[in-house]
Amino acid sequence: MIHAFRFQDLNVLLDVESGAIHTLDDAAFAVVQALESGKDAYSIGVKNETVAEVIADLNELRENGAYEAEAGNAPEVTGGTAIKSMCLHVAHDCNLRCRYCFASTGDFHGARMLMTPETGRRALDFLIQRSGTRKHLEVDLFGGEPLMNWDVCKQLVAYGRELERKHGKVIHFTITTNCVALDDEKIDFINREMHNVVISLDGRKEVHDALRPTVNGKGSFDIILRNAQKLVATRGDREYYIRGTFTRNNLDFLEDVKALTGYGFHQISIEPVVLPEESPYSLKEEHLLRIDREYDALAEYYVNARKGRDTWFNYFHFMFDPEGGPCLRKRINGCGAGTEYIAVTPDGDLYPCHQFVGMSEWKLGNLDSPDLRTDLQKSFLGCNVCTKEICRNCWAKYYCSGGCMANAVLYGGALEHPHEISCHLMRKRTECAIGAYVKER
Amino acid sequence: MKHVQIIQKPCIKSGNHTACGECQASCQSACKTSCTVANQKCAKEEK
Ligand code: SF4
Ligand code: SF4
Repeated sequence: MIHAFRFQDLNVLLDVESGAIHTLDDAAFAVVQALESGKDAYSIGVKNETVAEVIADLNELRENGAYEAEAGNAPEVTGGTAIKSMCLHVAHDCNLRCRYCFASTGDFHGARMLMTPETGRRALDFLIQRSGTRKHLEVDLFGGEPLMNWDVCKQLVAYGRELERKHGKVIHFTITTNCVALDDEKIDFINREMHNVVISLDGRKEVHDALRPTVNGKGSFDIILRNAQKLVATRGDREYYIRGTFTRNNLDFLEDVKALTGYGFHQISIEPVVLPEESPYSLKEEHLLRIDREYDALAEYYVNARKGRDTWFNYFHFMFDPEGGPCLRKRINGCGAGTEYIAVTPDGDLYPCHQFVGMSEWKLGNLDSPDLRTDLQKSFLGCNVCTKEICRNCWAKYYCSGGCMANAVLYGGALEHPHEISCHLMRKRTECAIGAYVKER
Repeated sequence: MKHVQIIQKPCIKSGNHTACGECQASCQSACKTSCTVANQKCAKEEK
């Protein structure tokens, strides 16, 4: 399978199974498109001699496994279905009332509550027990807003460090926070202990404040910006992301990326909101062309900005490292929800991932009863880019890895039916990521 | 080749010595909604 597309002034060809990438001149692009659509390449108005040269070039690529390559062999993951990654919902409460919040402003459609240290410790014990031979584990301190349960966060990191020593594991702690309750002590701790920090900030003040009020109904932009800048300024080279959300209210989200770079941030991720169609903020089919144009404009801005030392920044979905990227099995298996990834609520309930929390039919179990629902786990295990027909035939499959399973259930109708709007956006971003990579070579 | 320029040779790693399962779960990275593996790293390559 191949995918040929235009990116700015380039004709780009991706060979899906091998991951090889080529650029084509206009004649070759026309020939490739003709061949893909089953037309006779000698009848498309390109000189016969040129068509023959292009076909010779393609044959040479094919011999080198770089055009229409066969799928590689992807062994099953060593050690089977170990759990290596945990989303710890330390707080089902939040100090903001974001209008697009998937977690119903922090309570996940249940009671507002905090995780006790015991539950947190039992969750970490569970992770260690279930991690098998995996050495590298990940724990995200998540909410709601995790800083609302700060003492427990610190206790759990200390406990995690004990477990690392005892069991010879490495735990990468991360935190996903709105920064509202940040202070110097928390910044020091986070910069010392957290492998990554994900900070939610949407971009322009008016965009952010319109959808992210505090409990008292005031805008949260000023305090978040001040605290996030302080954290990032003292973070050195350690990972962080400014993670914004765009809705139908700011389809011009390039302006939000520009605003974030202007505030001094260099690691940026602005994501499309995913909400039910009837929500006043949801993205619908009628918005897609406009969003595509915005991604194109963002890609152009990104490529140019990265030429300058002072203007350089990373955009999460345009980051693309073909040589250092994951192996085929990882690309097939995807996010690992319900198999290698699990979410734990304040009352110890276990779910396939943070987005399933509160959907009782998807509850995998509870820390009190160590047996997980194997029928559900099997469904997740059996749901990957090879088993889902739509993914199997999708050129973006090894970059997308099958999409978000929670979004599939919520908005696609079933685990096996990816959310189509998300697919469209994923393909567009992947073209931009590959195109930007080619431009930078 | 006259009409094609190779930018990236075949690069998707497969077969023996892959699938160790040590790399980051992709949803644990930045977004927590729209997963991707395009920007994920192989833990072996990171060492
Ligand atoms: S660390 Fe590398 S080889 Fe191991 S599963 Fe992840 S991507 Fe594959
Ligand atoms: S873009 Fe959609 S169809 Fe393609 S691999 Fe991802 S989820 Fe599957």
